[in-house]
Amino acid sequence: MKLKQTVVLGAAIAGLLGSAAAYSAEQFIGLPSYRVGPYGANGASLYGGWIDYMQMVNDRDGGVGGVKLVWEECETEYNNARGVECYERLKNKGETGNSSFQPLSTGITYSVIDKVAEDKIPLVTIGYGRTDAADGRVFPWVFPLITTYWSQASAIVKYIGMKAGGMDKLKGKKIGLLYHDSAYGKESHAIMDKLAEKHGFEVVKIAVAHPGNEQQAQWLQIRKERPDYVILWGWGVMNSTAIKTAAKTGYPRDKIVGVWWSGSEEDVIPAGSVAKGYTAAGFNVAGAGYPVIKDIEQHVYAKGHGNMEKKDLVGSVLYNRGVVHGIIMVEALRTAQKKFGEGKALTGEQVRWGFEHLDIDAARLKALGASGFMPHLKVSCEDHEGSGKVKFQTWDGNQWKVVTDWVEADRGVVRPMIEASAAAYAKEKGITPRDCSKEM
Amino acid sequence: MLYREAGQFKTTYEADQQIFPIAQDRIGIALLIGVFALVVPLIADEYWLKAIITPVLIFSLAAIGLNILTGYAGQLSLGSAAFMAVGAFGAYNVILRIDGMPFILALILGGVCAAIVGILFGLPSLRIKGFYLAVATLAAQFFIVWVLVKVEWFSNYSSSGVITAQAIEIFGYTFESPESKYLLTLAIVVVMALLAKNMVRSTTGRMWMAVRDMDVAAEVIGIRLMRTKLLAFAVSSFYCGVAGALYAYAYIGTVEPEGFNLDLSFKILFMIIIGGVGSIMGSFLGAAFIVLLPIFLDNFVPVVLGDLVSASFVSNLQLIVFGGLIIFFLIVEPHGLARLWQIGKEKLRLWPFPH
Repeated sequence: MKLKQTVVLGAAIAGLLGSAAAYSAEQFIGLPSYRVGPYGANGASLYGGWIDYMQMVNDRDGGVGGVKLVWEECETEYNNARGVECYERLKNKGETGNSSFQPLSTGITYSVIDKVAEDKIPLVTIGYGRTDAADGRVFPWVFPLITTYWSQASAIVKYIGMKAGGMDKLKGKKIGLLYHDSAYGKESHAIMDKLAEKHGFEVVKIAVAHPGNEQQAQWLQIRKERPDYVILWGWGVMNSTAIKTAAKTGYPRDKIVGVWWSGSEEDVIPAGSVAKGYTAAGFNVAGAGYPVIKDIEQHVYAKGHGNMEKKDLVGSVLYNRGVVHGIIMVEALRTAQKKFGEGKALTGEQVRWGFEHLDIDAARLKALGASGFMPHLKVSCEDHEGSGKVKFQTWDGNQWKVVTDWVEADRGVVRPMIEASAAAYAKEKGITPRDCSKEM
Repeated sequence: MLYREAGQFKTTYEADQQIFPIAQDRIGIALLIGVFALVVPLIADEYWLKAIITPVLIFSLAAIGLNILTGYAGQLSLGSAAFMAVGAFGAYNVILRIDGMPFILALILGGVCAAIVGILFGLPSLRIKGFYLAVATLAAQFFIVWVLVKVEWFSNYSSSGVITAQAIEIFGYTFESPESKYLLTLAIVVVMALLAKNMVRSTTGRMWMAVRDMDVAAEVIGIRLMRTKLLAFAVSSFYCGVAGALYAYAYIGTVEPEGFNLDLSFKILFMIIIGGVGSIMGSFLGAAFIVLLPIFLDNFVPVVLGDLVSASFVSNLQLIVFGGLIIFFLIVEPHGLARLWQIGKEKLRLWPFPH
């Protein structure tokens, strides 16, 4: 019995070592995912979409420039310490190490932000993470792509202004900010104060403790304060609870505007019919009608390679967001290959160059079958955000309906704040910002 | 045979009272520390040092802290992670606000901050016991994390309440490489663990145990309950505080208060339950078990099941196996891993001729 156990254990360890062996011309992408815990449902959809897209690129095109994409998941449970462990575990795998680290968690982003510069791995945080990292001169290795929380908040205020009939109508209004009490939720404070000052409205900040499945007190406070609009800055189970509690306390749902992590099917379906009329921002739209999703269904699901357990979620907001992650990753590799050559695996430094020179314009989006699916993206050395645009979608009880075109952030307010914050960070850490005019 | 004590004569009180009275233990511990200090940095790669051994050491220190309070003094606590947070934010602020603050002193001051907060939250222990006390310390867990988020001064007004640990510098040497951070952690943990071991054998430790076993009796024989209980809270929080500071400086680097949440407190509690309540070595064994097993399963389960099942199932299976192993383990050995080691030692003493 003892001997048998030893043999089994030995075989397992040998298997572990064997699986780490290098292959030729394969680009390794480490995926620190989470499929259990309070945000597990969100993680499953997002990583499912991402993996399906990469699978589709492998099956349809034979990889990127002849290089096959390979990936490995590492379960973080949305826990910072586990995230760091995953980061260290994944970073040297594959031929050239990990191509990029995308933890899908602001907490883990903060935990590895110093390490990535040392290890030369781009830290890509699409739509989350440290906002001031959008200043690429101070944070060369961090890419908070498409839109940061500050851009997002300013776009939401713009949308509220549109609904109110013009930005000048915001004067004297009261906006409630119901936020997740964590680093993620607090990212919204500085910009909301600034925008309140600019447009003359009042912000009432109301915290919801993690994970947020009890909000009776918060909504009573909202009822007392009577804000004209409520911005829902939540994640996971907090969102559906907020919508349900709003209905219970009689706050109209069409006055609630969600941030992009509050605008998925996972948030509105559990809330049931009371979610009707709720609007949320998103840097990608829902729907399975786009050619890129059709391609995934044809090349991946038709062959039974799909990653999603619940196949009906293909085309949902978070699934499509995962596809956006896949598109950006693949396009960054393609961009880098144009400079460093096809047919071989790229190093983290080369992939970083690819992210910094990413340019996904209308023509490229069309070629990818993703016109209108995600905003245009043009990254540069100074600007690691690259877009700042979001669309607003309203839940009609069955599906998300796009109600606006791309709404641009108030960059005149956001960018100086980003630069000031990044400069303060550079000073604290003794970093000399890069001179972008000297880089090609 | 291996553990034969015959022939080891104690002729002085000092010899009889040393931490490890048996020669084999002394040699064993010296060898163990030697291996961890000299051999491990040479053979372990970055991943092992940074992501596995260093956190195990840091969590061991936190577990020792909780073990002093719960295992030796019998005061149940669910606030260990909060005291770690106090230590981390304390050390950060001390270094930030006082020029030329030496790192080791900052660690100690971080621990002292935690000790003071620990005494405050230990006050209810004078009136309430057991589960009621656990609830009071639970309040510490929520309150401290809330204060650290709410009062922006603690995080130096960073927009999201996150602090970035400064570089560790001692006598002009900057601890940057994983090896140096590991060795620093190891040195601190070894010194503090030996101190703890000594403390629990001393008068203080015996008072703690007397209070744990029956506080009324302890009071009757002249032990001052208030002083003893608060001392246990202070020492325990000090250990947790230092562990928290090490967690921020030697391990994660950038921490948010939310990182020190109830989950972490529970984890530390599980560490001492699995490792052995009322045992310093158990703290190490428990920390290793709780940190390493999920990582092992995370590597092991996908290899075994691989493509057979979906990734979500694999993730859930890890939790199931982890929980199952803990339950199995507690049924087989309710006194923890340290007890297994003790049984092993007793068997070795008699080996090869058991009674």
